[in-house]
Amino acid sequence: MTTVETGRVTTGAPPSGAVGASARRPDGGPKVRGEFSFSGDLWSDGMVWGATLRSPHASARIRAIDVSAALAIPGVITVVTADDVPGSKFYGLEHRDQPVFAWELVRYAGEPVAAVAADHPETARRALAAIEVDYELTEPVLDPEVALAGEPLHPDGNVFRELWVRKGDPDVRGEFVVEGTYELGMQDQAFMGPEAGLASPADDGGIDLVVSTQWLHNDRDQIAECLALAPEKVRLTLGGVGGAFGAREDVSLQIHASLLASVTGRPVKMVYSREESFLGHVHRHPGRLWMRHSADRDGKIVSYEARIVLDGGAYRSSSYHVVANAACFSAGPYNTPNAVVVGFGVRTNNPPCGAMRGFGAVQVCFAHEAQMDRLADAIGMDRIELRILNAMAPGDTLLTGQIITGALPVADVIRATAALPMPPAASSDPMARPGGAGRTTDATDVVRATGFAVGFKNLMYAEGYDDDSHAACRIEGGVVTITCAAAEVGQGFVTLCQQFGREILGVDDVVVAPADTSIGSAGSTSASRQTMMSGGAVEKACRLVRAQIVEQVAASSGADPDHLAFAEGRVVSVEGPVAVAVDLAELTAEHPYEAMARHQHRTTYPLDADGQGDAHVSMACAAHRAVVDVDPELGLVRVVQLATAQDVGKVLNPTAALGQIEGGIAQGVGLATMEEIILVDGKPRNPSFTDYLIPTALDMPEVAVEWIEVPEPDAPFGAKGIGEPPVISSTPAVVAAIRAATGRPLVRVPVRPTDIVGLTS
Amino acid sequence: MDVTLPTTVDEAVSARADAPDAVLLAGGTDLMVAVNAGWLNPTAVIALRSVAELGQWRVDGDQLVVGAGVTYERMLREGLAASSPGLADAARTVGSPQIRSAGTIGGNLGTASPAGDTLPVLVALGAMVELAGPDGRRSLPMQEFTTGPKRTALAPGEMITAVRVPVASGPQQYRKVGVRNAMVIAVASVAVVLDGDRRSVGVGLGSVGPVPLAAPEAAVFAADAVDWSAGGPVLHEVDAAVRFGELVAAASSPIDDHRSSAAYRRLAIGVLAERCLRTACAPAVGEDAA
Amino acid sequence: MTSPYVLTVNGTDRTVEDAWLGESLLYVLRERLGLPGSKAGCEQGECGSCSVELDGELVCSCLVLSASAVGTRIVTVEGLQPERGEFTDVQQAFVDEGAVKCGFCTPGLIMAVHDLLDRRPEPSDLEVREAISGNLCRCTGYGRVFAAVEAAVAIRRAGSGVEATT
Repeated sequence: MTTVETGRVTTGAPPSGAVGASARRPDGGPKVRGEFSFSGDLWSDGMVWGATLRSPHASARIRAIDVSAALAIPGVITVVTADDVPGSKFYGLEHRDQPVFAWELVRYAGEPVAAVAADHPETARRALAAIEVDYELTEPVLDPEVALAGEPLHPDGNVFRELWVRKGDPDVRGEFVVEGTYELGMQDQAFMGPEAGLASPADDGGIDLVVSTQWLHNDRDQIAECLALAPEKVRLTLGGVGGAFGAREDVSLQIHASLLASVTGRPVKMVYSREESFLGHVHRHPGRLWMRHSADRDGKIVSYEARIVLDGGAYRSSSYHVVANAACFSAGPYNTPNAVVVGFGVRTNNPPCGAMRGFGAVQVCFAHEAQMDRLADAIGMDRIELRILNAMAPGDTLLTGQIITGALPVADVIRATAALPMPPAASSDPMARPGGAGRTTDATDVVRATGFAVGFKNLMYAEGYDDDSHAACRIEGGVVTITCAAAEVGQGFVTLCQQFGREILGVDDVVVAPADTSIGSAGSTSASRQTMMSGGAVEKACRLVRAQIVEQVAASSGADPDHLAFAEGRVVSVEGPVAVAVDLAELTAEHPYEAMARHQHRTTYPLDADGQGDAHVSMACAAHRAVVDVDPELGLVRVVQLATAQDVGKVLNPTAALGQIEGGIAQGVGLATMEEIILVDGKPRNPSFTDYLIPTALDMPEVAVEWIEVPEPDAPFGAKGIGEPPVISSTPAVVAAIRAATGRPLVRVPVRPTDIVGLTS
Repeated sequence: MDVTLPTTVDEAVSARADAPDAVLLAGGTDLMVAVNAGWLNPTAVIALRSVAELGQWRVDGDQLVVGAGVTYERMLREGLAASSPGLADAARTVGSPQIRSAGTIGGNLGTASPAGDTLPVLVALGAMVELAGPDGRRSLPMQEFTTGPKRTALAPGEMITAVRVPVASGPQQYRKVGVRNAMVIAVASVAVVLDGDRRSVGVGLGSVGPVPLAAPEAAVFAADAVDWSAGGPVLHEVDAAVRFGELVAAASSPIDDHRSSAAYRRLAIGVLAERCLRTACAPAVGEDAA
Repeated sequence: MTSPYVLTVNGTDRTVEDAWLGESLLYVLRERLGLPGSKAGCEQGECGSCSVELDGELVCSCLVLSASAVGTRIVTVEGLQPERGEFTDVQQAFVDEGAVKCGFCTPGLIMAVHDLLDRRPEPSDLEVREAISGNLCRCTGYGRVFAAVEAAVAIRRAGSGVEATT
C-alpha cells in the first residue's frame, strides 16, 4: 500500500515513464501552451457553421415547419429537417428510438427540430430564429410514477426496463427494521469543452468527421445508418475532447453535422454553446428510491427490499443498463442474504438521461448508505463496525447470486479510510468557512461533523454484452507506436499506452497514434473499462511484438529466450552463457515489428426473471469519510476533507490516479451540495454556469488517499479501472456529515440551504 | 464609427446624442453576456474605458468620490478600501478575479440587478449617484436611482459618472449568501455601515426585493442600541443584534425563484444582518473575537 | 460589418476585417486571428477558460467586445514568453504535477496562475484558491493544480536572481 496524504505522493518511484511511475502526459505540453487542438478549435477552408433548432416545449405536436424565411437570409446555405434525413430517421446509443429531428411530436424541451448551415455563427443564429415551427402544445408527463401507469409517450412504451432481483427468502425479517425514501436531483456532467465537431464531405461520397466523443465506432454506425452510407464511408477521428463523464457516449451533433456537410458539400463546423450543451446531452438519472433493511441484534443484515424509480426522460439512451446497475448494486457491498428489489427506468417528457460517471451506482449508494447509518443507529451499533461486519469479500454473492471471484477488499477500504488522519482545526480566515467568499459566517457559527460511506460498482460491460477492444503495436527505428481507437477524454489512457509500451519493450520513445475508425473498435470510454479493456489490448499487442523480437534475437544470438530482457532501448541477456546487447533502434531500423491484438473480458450472462445470473465481470469498491463545516443557521456547508481508500488493483500512475480520485470527489461533492438541473414544466431552468453550479477551487476539500492494491485477475498488471468509485460514495459521506452536524434527515441531494434550515416545503 | 472611444464625459454625452441607439460599454461583464447569448445585437458602441474622469477616485473632505469606471479590483486596493471597507468587502464577493478586474461600479449601477453586490453598500452609505447628460450634470440619492429590477432613473442620453459616499468612520460589513463558496450570484446580501461621526447606522439589502432596499426602522433601532460613547461602537445587549436581524428581515420583500425561496431569503437576510451588527460591535458583545 | 480595426496581440498588430460588431475578443482570437488557445467554455465569464491579459489585467476574453479593445495590450496563452526552455515555470509545473487532464480549462488556469504569481510570488493556500476560483475545472478537482502552483512557486523561489541554464 502506498499512502498519499493530502496529495503528497510518498512512494518509491519505479523507473521514469514505466508502469507504476508518475509518467507525464504526452499531451501535457501542447495543452499548457494552448496548442492542443480540441474539436472546437478545428478550421477548414470553405468551412461553414452549423446550428440546431431545438424545441422550447417539453411536449407538443408539430403542425408545420416553415424554413423559407431562414433560407432567405443572406449567408444561409441550407436548412435541414427530418425530411432531409436520407436513411434511418432514428438513432440511439443502444436502441434507435430517438428522432434525428422531431417531425410529428416533440417529447422534451431541447429536442432537435431542424439544423442550419451558414457563413457565420451569428447568421446561423438568426436563421434559427427565422424558422417557423407551428407547435400545438400538449400536456407533458413529468412524473415517472404517472408515466409508469399512463398512456405511452412513444411507440416503444414508457418503461425502459422493469428489473426484479429476488434472492433468498422474501419473508424473513430481522429484529431491527429501518426504511426510508430518498431522492436525487438531475446532475449534469458539465464537462468544460462543449460539444464540437467538423464534418467534411469526402470525394467518395462519404463523410470525414472529427469530433469529441467517447466511442468513435458507435457514433460511426449511427451516422452511417441515418445518412444511408456504408459504415466504411463514414470515417471518424477523435478531436481533442474537453472532458466527457458519460455525456459524450450518446450522439449529439454527429449526425446533424454530417448531414449538413453531405447536403451542402462543404465542411461544417458545429460548436454548442454552454446552454445548448446542457440541452444537447443526457444527464444523470434523477431518482426516487425506497429501501427497507432489517438486521439482527448483532448487526448482520437479514433482509433488504427496494423500489427504485429512475426518470430516463424522453428517450432510452442507456437507461436499460443504468437500471441494471442500480438494481444489482442497490444493497451496497454488503452481504445481503434475502432481498427483493425492483428497478424501473421510465420514459417521461423530461430531458433524456443516460450515462454519467457512477452509472446507477451513485443513486443507490446515496440511499443504501443512509440506510446503513439508520440501521446502525437503530441497533445502537457503531456505524463503521456495522459496515465491516457486513462487508462483502471474494467468495460472497451479489444480489444477483453471482459469486465474487476477483478482488473486492471492502473491509480493507473501510478500515483504511477510517484510519486516515483527520484534517487540521478550522482556519481563522472567514474565506475558509461555510459561505466562503461571501464571508457570511463567523467562527462561532460553525459546527464540524463527520460522515462515512462505502460504495461499489461493476467494471466494464455486463449482461452478455461482451465487448472487445483492439490495439496495434509497431516498433520501427526504436520508436514504438501504439494505435487504438480508445477515446482519450482526459482520463489519461494515452499516458497509460506509453507506460505499457515502455514497460514491455524497454524503450522511452512511445508514440500514441491518433484515435480513429481505421482500426477496430475500442469500445466506449466508460464503465471504468478502458484501462482494463483497451489497456489489455495494448498490453497484448506490445507483448506480441516483444515475443517476435525475442524470437529473432534468440535465434540470431543463440541465447535462451528466457534470458532476454528489454531495457534502455536494448535487448540484453540477464543470465546464461550468451552475452546479448542488441540495440532496438538498429534492430528495427530496416525491419519494423508489429502486431495487432484484440482483448475481451470473460463471458457474462443475462439476468433471469429473478435478476439472477453471472452478469458482471469485475467489481471495485471505495470508502469515503467526509469532514464538513456547517453553518446550521444559514444552511451553508464547507466540505473540509474527504478521506478515501480505494480498491485499485494496482496503481499504474500515482499522479494520474490521484487526479482521477480528486476529480471524482469534486463531482461527488457537487452532487451533495449544489449540482442540479432544475426543471420547470420539463424545461431546464438553469442551463448555464451562472446557475448550474459546479465546485470551484474554494469548494474543493482537502483529499487524503490510500490505495488498496489487491491485483485483479486477468487485468493488465492487475489494475482496475478507477474513475467511478470516487464519485459513488463521496456524495453520501458528505450528506451523512451534514446530517451529523444538523440532526436533519436530509434525504434528498443536492442538499440545499433550505433543507438544512428546515424551510423545504 | 462602430465603436466610439470618448476621452471626456462631455465627449461621451455628445457621442450618445449623435447615436441614440449606441450601447454604453463599461467593463462588459454584463453587456457581453447579453451579446454572446444573442439577446442584444449592438449596432454602435460607446466604450467608456478611455474617459479619464470615470476611472478616478478621490477623497473630497469627508466624502469619497468613486468614478463610475473604477473596477472591483481597484476597490480592493489599499487607499480605496481604507476609505470604504464596505465597498471593498462587496467588491471581493463579485464573481472571480477576471470579473473583478473588468467590472465597474458604474456598470453595477447601470445594470441595476437586485443582486448587484455593491448596491446594498451604496444604499447603506446613503450614496449619491452622479450623472451627466445632455442637460448637464445632476445627482440622485441611491434609492431614487434604482426604480425596479434592471431599471434606473437615468434619463435618455444620461450616464453615470461617479458615486459619492461618506468616508468610513466606523465598521462596515457586507455579507452575502450564495449556494457556492465562490463565484455566485447573491441569494441574499446585507450591508451594515456604522458611522461613528454621525452616530448613525445604515443598512442595505440585496436580492430580497425588486431593488436594493434600505431598512430604515432597523437602522434607527441599531443606532439607538449602539453605545457610541466608547472608542468604537459597542452593543451592550446581545439581544439587540437579534432584534436588529428581525427588523431587517421584516424590511425585506423577497420572492421565490430558481435560486432560492422567499422564506429562506427572509431568514438569511435576518441572520446576516444580526451577524454584521454583532461583529461590527465586537468584541464588546464578546461572542466572536475571531 | 465593422470597419477594419487593429488589435495588439502578443506584441503584434493584427488587423481584423469584416467582423461583426458584437464579436467578443475570444471569438476574434479563435476564429479570425488563428489563436485558439483561449477556450470558449461558457461565454458568460463563469468558467475562466478564455482568460487573457488585457493591459496587464486578467480578464475573460469572452466578455471583451473585440472592437473596443483597440489600443490595449492583449496577451494570450500563446504569447506567454517562456523564461527558459520550452515552457514557462507555471506551464512546466502543470505538466510535472499532473495538473492537466482533459486540458480544456488549462490555458485559462495557466493565465490565472501567472497573474497570481506575478502579483503574489508566495501565495497562501487560500489565496491560491481565491485566485483560481474563477477557473472551473471538471477533471482534476483542483488538487493537482494546487500542487502545480506550489511547484511553480518553488521554481520561482529557486530561480530568483539566477539565470537558469536550460
